[in-house]
Amino acid sequence: MSILIDEHTRVVVQGITGRDGSFHAARMLDYGTKIVAGVTPGKGGREIHGVPVFNGVAEAVEKTGADCSIVFVPARFAPSAVREAIAGGVRCIVCITEGIPVLDTIGLCHEARHHGVRLIGPNCPGLISPGKCEVGILPGQVHKPGTVGVVSRSGTLTYEVVLGLSRAGLGQSTCVGIGGDPVVGTMFVEILELFENDPGTTAVVIIGEIGGDAEEKAAEFIAAKMSKKVAAYICGCTAPPEKTMGHAGAIVSGGMGAFEAKIKALQNAGATVVEKPDEVARALTGSLGKHYDIGRRHELL
Amino acid sequence: MKLFEYEGRELFMRYGIVVPRGMTVTDADEAAQAVKLLGGAGVIKAQTLSGSRGKAGVVRMVHGADEARAAARALLSMTIAGCGVEKLLVEELLDIEQEAYLSLMVDRSIPGIRCIASALGGEDIERIALRSPSPVHSVALERGDGPEWEACSSMLDNALGPEMARKALSMAGCLYRLCIENDCLLAEINPLARTHDGSVVAADAKVTADDNALWRHEKLREFRDREETGADEAAARAAGLSFVALEGTIGCIVNGAGLAMATMDTIKLMGGEPANFLDVGGSSNPDKIMAALQILLRTTRIRVILINIFGGITRCDDIAEGILMARRRLAMTVPMVIRLIGTNEEAGRALLEGEGLKIVTDMTEAVNEAVVADRRFSGDMR
Repeated sequence: MSILIDEHTRVVVQGITGRDGSFHAARMLDYGTKIVAGVTPGKGGREIHGVPVFNGVAEAVEKTGADCSIVFVPARFAPSAVREAIAGGVRCIVCITEGIPVLDTIGLCHEARHHGVRLIGPNCPGLISPGKCEVGILPGQVHKPGTVGVVSRSGTLTYEVVLGLSRAGLGQSTCVGIGGDPVVGTMFVEILELFENDPGTTAVVIIGEIGGDAEEKAAEFIAAKMSKKVAAYICGCTAPPEKTMGHAGAIVSGGMGAFEAKIKALQNAGATVVEKPDEVARALTGSLGKHYDIGRRHELL
Repeated sequence: MKLFEYEGRELFMRYGIVVPRGMTVTDADEAAQAVKLLGGAGVIKAQTLSGSRGKAGVVRMVHGADEARAAARALLSMTIAGCGVEKLLVEELLDIEQEAYLSLMVDRSIPGIRCIASALGGEDIERIALRSPSPVHSVALERGDGPEWEACSSMLDNALGPEMARKALSMAGCLYRLCIENDCLLAEINPLARTHDGSVVAADAKVTADDNALWRHEKLREFRDREETGADEAAARAAGLSFVALEGTIGCIVNGAGLAMATMDTIKLMGGEPANFLDVGGSSNPDKIMAALQILLRTTRIRVILINIFGGITRCDDIAEGILMARRRLAMTVPMVIRLIGTNEEAGRALLEGEGLKIVTDMTEAVNEAVVADRRFSGDMR
């Protein structure tokens, strides 16, 4: 089992004729994802990688039964592309595009929620249910099928952690990159809830970073609702306050989003928090050693 | 993008928010002239982007032209958080009875805009907020409709008392329009000053605009052009890199912000000091790597450069080509530790190994090698 996407998911790629859209459509097809349609306004009627291209999402949904969209449209046009997908009738939208203004994203979140559509991202690497389906830009080869659920605000850092899991023989049910922007369609808590209810997931990994309170909210949920084992890695302990570390989301200001607060909240909730990406796997296999104490270690820094 | 106070003040005025009388000056004589125009007394504020200016001693009350000149000279010679002071804001001296607080900010958990108010404001607002019961009240403006503004009105009543609340409500309305129309993530008035004659004035202006929306705000782009940043930051921005300078000696080039922070953290945990945060972003072409190496190579304190790439949307062969291009064109004065893995890894590895460069595949191992190389260097120096 997996969450959000599986071998039955039918994907439409918005922006399939662009550089990134075309490249990653091909990679997803190679991975075995059922890409049934592409959309680029004005280029309907063509075919790319054997996939029919339509002018709009509604038409693509009607003709191909697509139920999930992935958006590779440039930032200035991405909000209207997402809106079109919401109206077009898909149940899940994965927005890869980075650089969308926050106020636009806020509008998209409300619209998606209002229509009961799941929005992942923007500015995210997408998601993968290894061996079944990938809707995103994650390197498929590092993921292995299994029962660990992974949720992250980051892209490449997720690959790093997943690589460690796969090398240790810990495959994944689904890996979800929720995105690095300050406002994203789906937060940690919603994904944690899906993992908690998924019989195919036995343990969960959270990869967070400084800034915001998503990790603290996740900790509240873990304490109240999670029965499954949780391991966490948080990055940004060396990041200076008030500076943007690339991710618009990773700004620490006024005590909010500070590193120590996140570590403590997650530890108090019963999660095992590790200090290096490659230790996540050992946290799940229980081979970290009983004297492992990240709290003390960080005080020394 | 953070705006300077005088820029935020300009925006405030455009939206009908009452600010103290004042003007921006760039030298001591202008400051003296400004104080004269303001009636012989004033407040001179160094324009810097770092917070807590009061605590940093960069806000001075002056009486008379001589004091103004002396204060201006002192402030203009200061360096605050690594940046020189280019401009001063000279404002009338307010007869302040109460320092309150009012702000609107994007709140990711709504998601929407949150209006925050407190009868107590000033430098210590963060600490004031922690008091119990907290004087800081807030309300979510998710849609900005009638019922929400009613809720905002009663929140302001509770926070500020009915008399001040009336004026603050109209200010909050102005700030709301300012945020929506200019894609601002924060518009903060601290202190929101109540004077003896009962008027309510924005005695400071802190505005942060959304970098991702600057393309649709010509006026804000002008502000950016005037913004002073270090040469390295400017070069990085021109090359499309995300860069923050730190104090250490191990230079980092990483793809992805999360992995870049994790790399910095791991360097520190293994006993080294990161010299910078540098994210080359996705789809990185060889030119970006070249630009990144150029910036790090002219930073003299850097003793080793760690390149940590996990290819996803980024292709390892692009990165390898950038490294080789830099090796041909730049004087590589410091050793490099290169970690490459992911998309087109084999092609990238072949390119680099063909030139005699060694590739590490494990991140912890790569960080360890960089830390060891850095130590060896400091040993040589001794």
